[in-house]
Amino acid sequence: MMKKFSIFAAGLLSVVAIGAAIAHESENPAVKARTSIMQLYAFNLGTLGGMAKGETEYDAEAATRAANNLVVLTQIDQSAMWLAGSDNVSDPSTRALPAIWENFPDVAAKGQAMADAAVAMQAAAGQDVEALKGAMGNLGGACSACHKAYRAPKD
Amino acid sequence: MQRLFLFAAVSALLVGLAGLFLTRPKSVDQAILHGVSSDLTRGEIVFYAAGCASCHSAPDAVGEEKLTLAGGRRFETNFGTFIAPNISSDPAAGIGSWSTLELANALIHGTGPKGQHYYPAFPYTTYANMTAEDIVSLHAFLGTLPAVATESKAHEVVFPFSVRRGLGGWKLLFMAPGWVVEGDLTDQQIRGRYLVEALGHCAECHTPRNGLGGLKRDIWLTGAPNPNGKGRIPGLTSDQLDWSEADIAEYLKSGFTPDYDSAGGEMVEVIENTSQLTDDDRLAIAAYLKVVPGQSTELLSE
Ligand code: HEC
Ligand code: HEC
Ligand code: HEC
Repeated sequence: MMKKFSIFAAGLLSVVAIGAAIAHESENPAVKARTSIMQLYAFNLGTLGGMAKGETEYDAEAATRAANNLVVLTQIDQSAMWLAGSDNVSDPSTRALPAIWENFPDVAAKGQAMADAAVAMQAAAGQDVEALKGAMGNLGGACSACHKAYRAPKD
Repeated sequence: MQRLFLFAAVSALLVGLAGLFLTRPKSVDQAILHGVSSDLTRGEIVFYAAGCASCHSAPDAVGEEKLTLAGGRRFETNFGTFIAPNISSDPAAGIGSWSTLELANALIHGTGPKGQHYYPAFPYTTYANMTAEDIVSLHAFLGTLPAVATESKAHEVVFPFSVRRGLGGWKLLFMAPGWVVEGDLTDQQIRGRYLVEALGHCAECHTPRNGLGGLKRDIWLTGAPNPNGKGRIPGLTSDQLDWSEADIAEYLKSGFTPDYDSAGGEMVEVIENTSQLTDDDRLAIAAYLKVVPGQSTELLSE
């Protein structure tokens, strides 16, 4: 009995797991677009972070390219990607909290803080690894400041 | 949900009544503090590792302001809303006049200077394992922080939870001063266990709770529903968190995950504290998490 139940439970668990994996991919194109931009932030930050931690060798050109990308990404007009009604209460596939639409000026300020940190990184990335490390803290802090206030944890 | 709440309320009342007879607020034996000298550097590390400022600084404090422990943050729970008190060095509004013994009683037994029980929204069930050296040093460090005269506010809690006396029974059920993870541990894992189990109150968020609000210690750190709404607080057990020890330590320092997402939600304030620890302490936390048993084995064998 116990054994059977366990096998059943295990089966159920894996079905739930597959369900969760599918649910994560949003049907909403606006959500897809904005999470894709977030992924591009993370990818470019990864290039810089690898060098800051000494996991990859410092390369001024590659670092500058990544920083340039971050600056360009912050210049994309995202207004069509954050339409009202695409919060995590209305749409289970997003982690964006309704508070975003109640505090738009603050969200914009946090976006601007990240844009400024990216420009500072652009200036630092090509200098040397110490300058790059110095600019990393503010950049990561700008991502977290917004995730702290406006992003729910994963399901 | 409603039913569960009612059940919890009634059980709490019963347990509370039993508690009236079984438990009186406990206190620390003065002797354990004798001859223990304070060390401000140590006190500062304890302060950050235990995250006192995350709850006791003013609600919108940032940076240096977090060292002013004026209170006022609200914690919404099934039992009502708790409001963190002023624990600044002000002798009247704060705890500036408290002795080391009084602080020790609050942290280890959840007992106040007038013999009252504290609510578990103050994570004393975690702090119960703090060493005398750490408490003495923390007491000295708190004394160096600014005084502020903000009055502490009353909690907004309904009956029966409004009866502090009833908490005696709760404590009886959930005060578990032993360690969760036992066995053959290295010195590094033992340090990590102290940081996580005694100071870090990581479990307060990362471990599921039962209907009475107590931590389910048998499924320690396996992740929990998000008390603030959607999403889950992730599990940190060795089978769920497959990051390397260096990656875990990095997250606790900078907030970056291995794929360079950056931390969000309530974890950001935790990282503001863990980023103040030494690299060795962050690695010790990581080493400990690697020996916390997983959930899957537990679930499937039931
Ligand atoms: C102005 C606010 C804001 C800033 C600044 C911000 N993010 Fe985000 N981020 C969000 C929100 C909101 C979500 C949740 C989006 C959703 O699920 O619809 C998110 C989601 C993400 C995700 C998950 C994407 C997915 O596939 O689900 C990653 C990764 C991420 N952010 C990385 C970053 C990094 C790295 C930075 C800094 C360089 C950053 N973000 C800056 C608001 C922000
Ligand atoms: C106040 C609640 C709270 C406390 C206390 C807390 N955490 Fe967290 N933790 C969270 C939340 C919420 C997340 C999800 C973060 C996000 O959405 O980006 C998280 C995420 C994490 C993660 C990332 C896991 C993953 O799979 O992404 C780690 C590692 C972690 N916490 C470790 C710790 C440790 C170690 C402690 C104790 C020192 C701790 N946490 C204390 C709320 C908390
Ligand atoms: C998770 C939030 C949280 C954390 C972390 C926390 N506290 Fe508290 N603390 C509270 C709450 C809520 C109360 C009110 C409890 C009550 O009234 O029953 C409290 C009460 C207290 C009191 C009693 C004050 C009085 O006026 O009676 C002291 C002293 C105290 N905390 C010290 C600390 C210290 C020192 C730390 C760090 C080691 C700490 N707290 C960490 C939430 C917290």
